[in-house]
Amino acid sequence: MPKASKELVVSNEMGLHARPAMQFVDSANQFTSRVTVFRGGPDPVEADGKSVMQMIILEAVKGTPLRIEAEGDDAEAAVKTLAELFENKFGED
Amino acid sequence: MEIKKGIGVSPGVVISTAIVLDAEDILIPKRSIDPALAEDEVKRFHEAIALSVTDLKKLRDDTITKHGKEIGGIFDFHLGILHDKSILTQIDKEIRTRHATAEYAVAQVCRKYANQFAEMKDRYLSERVKDIYDIERRILHTLIGQKREDLLHLQRDVVVIAHDLLPSQTAALDKVHVRGFATDVGGRTSHTAIVARAMGIPAVVGLGNLTSEVSGGDTVIIDGTNGVVIVNPDADQLEEYREFERRNAQAEIELASIRDLPGETKDGHHVLLQANIEFPGEIDDAVNRGAEGIGLYRTEFLYLAADHEPSEEDHYVAYVEAIKRLAGKPLVIRTLDLGADKYTQAQMASPERNPFLGDRSIRMCLHDIPMFKRQLRAILRASVLGDVRIMFPMICTLMELRQARMVLRDVEEELEDEGKEFRADIPIGMMVEVPSAALMANQFAKEVNFFSIGTNDLIQYTLAVDRTNEKVAGLFCPAHPAVLALIRDVIRAGSRNNISVSVCGEMAGDPLYTLLLLGLGLNTFSMNGPDIPEVKKIIRSTTMEQARQVARRVMSFDSERQVMHFLREETRKIVPEAF
Repeated sequence: MPKASKELVVSNEMGLHARPAMQFVDSANQFTSRVTVFRGGPDPVEADGKSVMQMIILEAVKGTPLRIEAEGDDAEAAVKTLAELFENKFGED
Repeated sequence: MEIKKGIGVSPGVVISTAIVLDAEDILIPKRSIDPALAEDEVKRFHEAIALSVTDLKKLRDDTITKHGKEIGGIFDFHLGILHDKSILTQIDKEIRTRHATAEYAVAQVCRKYANQFAEMKDRYLSERVKDIYDIERRILHTLIGQKREDLLHLQRDVVVIAHDLLPSQTAALDKVHVRGFATDVGGRTSHTAIVARAMGIPAVVGLGNLTSEVSGGDTVIIDGTNGVVIVNPDADQLEEYREFERRNAQAEIELASIRDLPGETKDGHHVLLQANIEFPGEIDDAVNRGAEGIGLYRTEFLYLAADHEPSEEDHYVAYVEAIKRLAGKPLVIRTLDLGADKYTQAQMASPERNPFLGDRSIRMCLHDIPMFKRQLRAILRASVLGDVRIMFPMICTLMELRQARMVLRDVEEELEDEGKEFRADIPIGMMVEVPSAALMANQFAKEVNFFSIGTNDLIQYTLAVDRTNEKVAGLFCPAHPAVLALIRDVIRAGSRNNISVSVCGEMAGDPLYTLLLLGLGLNTFSMNGPDIPEVKKIIRSTTMEQARQVARRVMSFDSERQVMHFLREETRKIVPEAF
């Protein structure tokens, strides 16, 4: 099963709050791959990238280091698309 | 098993199955299901989710149309959660492996996430806990909507557990199968208390978080006499209470046997034993227990039960019913005594800082003459049908009494002009329930036909104690020598001026004080119907001379403890099983 992953840091002001989390989950659900998001640091947490509840519980505020992992046929594309959301700061100014 | 202490507001004991109403009037059903039905329950859960999604989408679209995309977008998050497979799977699992009901599983899983949210450091994220509650409520409403038990048509006897009972809820209850009430909040004068007493079923209020500790289907003992509720009692307790029920039934039969005997002492001194009621429907039961009339008909319920102010006709219909049921026995109608702890909707809108010293009772009536007149008109019109008397509450000054009488005279003139019949010499009385009225009883006695001592308020105002405040409730005591001195003086003033005096507070129905009140010369006792047989038994077991001696002795004491101790001893001497 193909795998892909990318490490990044949350850079938008509000962090991964309700609306960005929904955006992320909506995007993730367009892919068949399993998507997992890991929060590093002293208290690591793992979240199902297709569950908005779990994404919120990541408590990924601005500056939090995250690793996005995908496993499945479209893993590569999924990671690319999802990472772009962070790079574009979820459309926040 | 769980024992909870509250305030017993309607006596008696019942052992039955619980149904639980939450604050929003929905039933929280049983926690577990038959394992064989787990798949059906999972299906029911998913149907509820689908329905919730449909509702939510509509709500989102409507909100976007009305308030724009930003606000409507909030519901996208809610929809996201309803589609969240990791949550749905957890709930399915709760149902399948732990045989939880869909409702219970939803509540459990949502609570778990709510706790996690609440612990987050980021304030914005932790605020989302409200969204979780909102979603939980939406799913529960949908689930329960599917199989809302019809409270009007219960299949078996139940006790109702609720946060608080609203008039609209009690109106929708099946009166035949409801055997008791227990609520989280409320006091002696709460709606629950009034309805329970009217229905003659036990009730306990002020139990804190009872609704969260009982689930539908639990066995519950409600002991309204002692203010105790036991959830899922063990075998010993069940046996103890069954025994208690049996003994009670036995005692009832015994007391009923003296129902038709006169309320008089061994030496033939007759006193009048009457009942206090809220509803005309209580009269039959009161008469059955030996009431020789109604010494206090509280009319507040007419105001509290409906969402509109009662019309003259509403009053009239209730009074006529009461008169008919009494078949010639006297009926003392107390005019509206709202305020303080009983409010109308309009009053609730502008709370007073010190309601017990505020615009309550007769004061309120004199501030709203049209409302006052509606009630007086109805009483006067009904007065031609039976032995009706009128009583003004909370009179503090002679001026108030005269004003109230003036309004009554106005109403009489109006009725006369309209050619309507009424009894022109209707007896007029007043409650003596504030120290100023008690101290001036001699003057008041010249302007009324009777006194009725409201001991509950008289004690509260004399001792400056709010008995619903648990920190000071222990100071509330009818046996306080100051209270007894006031009562003695009022009875004396009444007899000197040849008007009748009754006590209609709780003291009248407390067997501990029967000898004392009798000895002080009280000629009318008005109490809750169920208390009559026991009080009568004490009266029938003594002589006036004995009672007078007891009273003389009591008035020489300077502490309530001495008074109570002495009265208990004396009462035991004549009726050993009294306590």
